[in-house]
Amino acid sequence: MAESKPKPKIKKESVPILKQKPEDRRRNFNEVALGYTEEQTLEEASRCLQCPKPQCIQGCPVEIEIPAFIKLLREGQYEEAIAKIKEKNSLPAICGRVCPQEEQCQKFCVVGKVGEPISIGRLERFLADWERDRGFAMPKKPPATGKSVAVIGAGPAGLTVAADLAKLGHKVVIFEALHLPGGVLVYGIPEFRLPKKIVQAEVDYIQKLGAELKLGYLIGRTYTIPELLKERGFDAAFIGTGAGLPAFMNVPGENLGGIYSASEFLIRVNLMKSYAFPEYDTPIRIGKHVVVIGGGNVAMDSARSALRLGAEEVCIVYRRSREELPARREEVENAEEEGIICKFLATPTRFIGDEKGWVRQMECICMELGAPDDSGRRRPVPVKGSEFIMDTDTAVVAIGRSPNPIIQRTTGGLEVTRRGTIVAEENGKTSLEGVYAGGDIVTGEATVISAMGAGKKAAKAIHEYLTKKPFA
Amino acid sequence: MYEVLKNMELAPKIRLFEVYAPEMAEKAKPGQFVIVIIDEKGERIPLTLAGYDAENGTITFVFNEVGKTTKQLGILREGDSIWNITGPLGNPSEIRNFGRVLCVAGGVMIAPMLLQVKALREAGNTIVTAIGARIEELLFFEEEVKALSHEFYVATDDGSKSYKGLDFLRQILAKKKFDRCVSMGPVVMMKNVSEITKPFGIPTVVTLTPIMVDGMGMCGVCRVTVGGKMMFGCVDGPEFDGHQVDFDGLIKRQRMFLPEERLSALLWELQGGCECGRKQA
Ligand SMILES: Cc1cc2nc3c(=O)[nH]c(=O)nc-3n(C[C@H](O)[C@H](O)[C@H](O)COP(=O)(O)OP(=O)(O)OC[C@H]3O[C@@H](n4cnc5c(N)ncnc54)[C@H](O)[C@@H]3O)c2cc1C
Ligand SMILES: Cc1cc2nc3c(=O)[nH]c(=O)nc-3n(C[C@H](O)[C@H](O)[C@H](O)COP(=O)(O)OP(=O)(O)OC[C@H]3O[C@@H](n4cnc5c(N)ncnc54)[C@H](O)[C@@H]3O)c2cc1C
Ligand code: SF4
Ligand code: SF4
Ligand code: FES
Repeated sequence: MAESKPKPKIKKESVPILKQKPEDRRRNFNEVALGYTEEQTLEEASRCLQCPKPQCIQGCPVEIEIPAFIKLLREGQYEEAIAKIKEKNSLPAICGRVCPQEEQCQKFCVVGKVGEPISIGRLERFLADWERDRGFAMPKKPPATGKSVAVIGAGPAGLTVAADLAKLGHKVVIFEALHLPGGVLVYGIPEFRLPKKIVQAEVDYIQKLGAELKLGYLIGRTYTIPELLKERGFDAAFIGTGAGLPAFMNVPGENLGGIYSASEFLIRVNLMKSYAFPEYDTPIRIGKHVVVIGGGNVAMDSARSALRLGAEEVCIVYRRSREELPARREEVENAEEEGIICKFLATPTRFIGDEKGWVRQMECICMELGAPDDSGRRRPVPVKGSEFIMDTDTAVVAIGRSPNPIIQRTTGGLEVTRRGTIVAEENGKTSLEGVYAGGDIVTGEATVISAMGAGKKAAKAIHEYLTKKPFA
Repeated sequence: MYEVLKNMELAPKIRLFEVYAPEMAEKAKPGQFVIVIIDEKGERIPLTLAGYDAENGTITFVFNEVGKTTKQLGILREGDSIWNITGPLGNPSEIRNFGRVLCVAGGVMIAPMLLQVKALREAGNTIVTAIGARIEELLFFEEEVKALSHEFYVATDDGSKSYKGLDFLRQILAKKKFDRCVSMGPVVMMKNVSEITKPFGIPTVVTLTPIMVDGMGMCGVCRVTVGGKMMFGCVDGPEFDGHQVDFDGLIKRQRMFLPEERLSALLWELQGGCECGRKQA
């Protein structure tokens, strides 16, 4: 039929995003990537082929109809475009910034086969920022259903559940243990990757929808889940408490001063704003020689924060090689541009301190890659006799985090795995009636978008549960 | 926001606060603590509960004005508000009839000890208490503690009142059999108490006060070594077996931020952060 239709010419390069220059940004906490202008957005959007069988969608954990929103965007219908995204993703300003797009939607984009894939995340960010600048349109308040849900944890999973259920007319109370909402978005991911005002805007929106936010409530202590359901009269509960328990290496000297878990380091810097000490009261001390142990996003964020806090030299020590680095490639590039050094195939064996109990040196051993392990990656094995010493006056241990355990310990009958995650069905249903869970607390450390996706599914299941449940 | 209902000086630089926090008052148990943040720029500081009243919806804590945050707290007036309080946190104390219990408290921690003594007494224990302070002027709640104790002793570091130091505890322990010892106070004091009770084989529970940030197990700054294992003070404690604790490690970790703490307190005073500055304003 249309065999003679000329093949569209594809522009191979995506429009580069404006960034703060490395020499500037390495000493400030302002956002690194400045985002597309309207013009750049439209130019990048024009590269999309509007594939009849779009491959990109399968890469998005919440299956945003990517070509559809790009089409609306190209036609200048921004309001409709953002609405299209929000059908599936309630936190686009956040996901547009922190989704590992190169592993998700953009990995599958067909343009990626011949050049650079469409920068889907940046388009999403543009639309979300455009909407936030104008002020969110408030959906009409539905009639109250008379049912109430306790949402535990104000991370991406909990916030999504709260928003979706509030929109359906349920009474929602979010219980968050910390004094600010957002979960990892506020206490973990640094300001220079995700400005806190964006998270705050999302939270404000959810509160305007009618959800009540209670800060400083550690569930499992202030109230347990059974108490919320039986004594406090909630009809259902959602657990989105995340994975925040820091892992340590169990090597000698790890309790010396100057050795932080990545969680402590990032909580001080982000949540408590130690970078503005003494204007803010919580201190942090950064030495000249900072080492960060680990290779994920958390390690990159810690290293780049340390640099911004004035470290002379920041070195990431990772036990495998560059190929296995789990951090987003873009963030590794950003880190290296800023002057962060990566030392591969090495792992600490002990820390050496001074008489005051402060760390001074770190002893490492070199590793080589052996046979593949359970994760399919080649297992690092120590090379005998290859120990070496690094000057270290600040060390950040970023080797992983496990599920927060307090709810599991205080909720009888809640099925939990050996790793401490909560057992939940695809829709979030746990072993207890009326109790749902999702996000990192179920999957272990994952991503913002997957936590949000889990929240969406759970909200749907909770709604079904509540509308079937007779009034008490 | 949590309203301060009472701000009372118990001794120089030692203040008792009663705060309206009905949900916490209902849930609190002896041995637990709260985390207080005065305002948006504030630090999160842990304070042990010294009382709670479910009926009136209040919680009580007693603190020492030692640094920026506690000084700033000290000048709050009745009717003022505290931005956020999280709690109750930590595991409650084990309260049951042990038999004869030795309770040793020092300094500001005499206040939470009173709560503990009350509960232990109600559980049917025979209570021997020893409270202490650096100097006599810093002692408070003497009468209250005495009234609940079967035997009562006072000590000061300088000997200005009754006993000097803690050595007299050995004589007490030598005379009668004790089933348990609970100790709250400065780390050095709890270390001494644990060393004294060890040869007598008396199970000894100490309340540790490592530096904390979140108080819910997420940061690990509160890690202490107990029986050779890494424990988190906030979620595994705050009470631990005094015979297993690495006190010296804890003391070093408590001093980690000393220079920054001094700077913070100094700036606060330079900016007229004391009460006189406020009155002039
Ligand atoms: C430093 C860092 C960088 C990251 N970078 C990225 C990235 O670039 N892209 C990406 O996609 N993902 C990233 N992640 C992972 C991502 O942030 C998480 O997968 C996601 O936040 C999980 O969401 P959640 O809602 O399940 O849990 P969380 O975000 O962890 O939120 C859980 C919330 O529950 C609260 N809570 C815990 N226990 C209780 C309790 N008992 N009672 C009340 N409240 C409680 C916590 O305080 C917290 O606020 C990063 C993670 C970290 C730590
Ligand atoms: C579980 C727990 C319960 C506590 N209960 C009480 C209480 O009931 N009443 C009370 O007055 N204090 C208590 N503390 C100690 C209290 O939290 C600190 O005194 C407070 O953080 C000091 O804050 P600041 O800014 O005023 O002083 P900072 O400027 O932080 O410190 C000033 C001085 O106090 C010392 N200090 C700081 N933190 C601690 C700490 N965690 N333990 C001991 N000394 C410290 C510093 O070394 C320094 O010399 C408790 C601590 C913990 C961990
Ligand atoms: S939510 Fe994330 S994965 Fe999905 S389209 Fe947006 S950037 Fe891609
Ligand atoms: S696969 Fe790429 S080119 Fe095709 S619709 Fe999706 S984004 Fe556009
Ligand atoms: S205070 Fe952060 S883990 Fe205990």
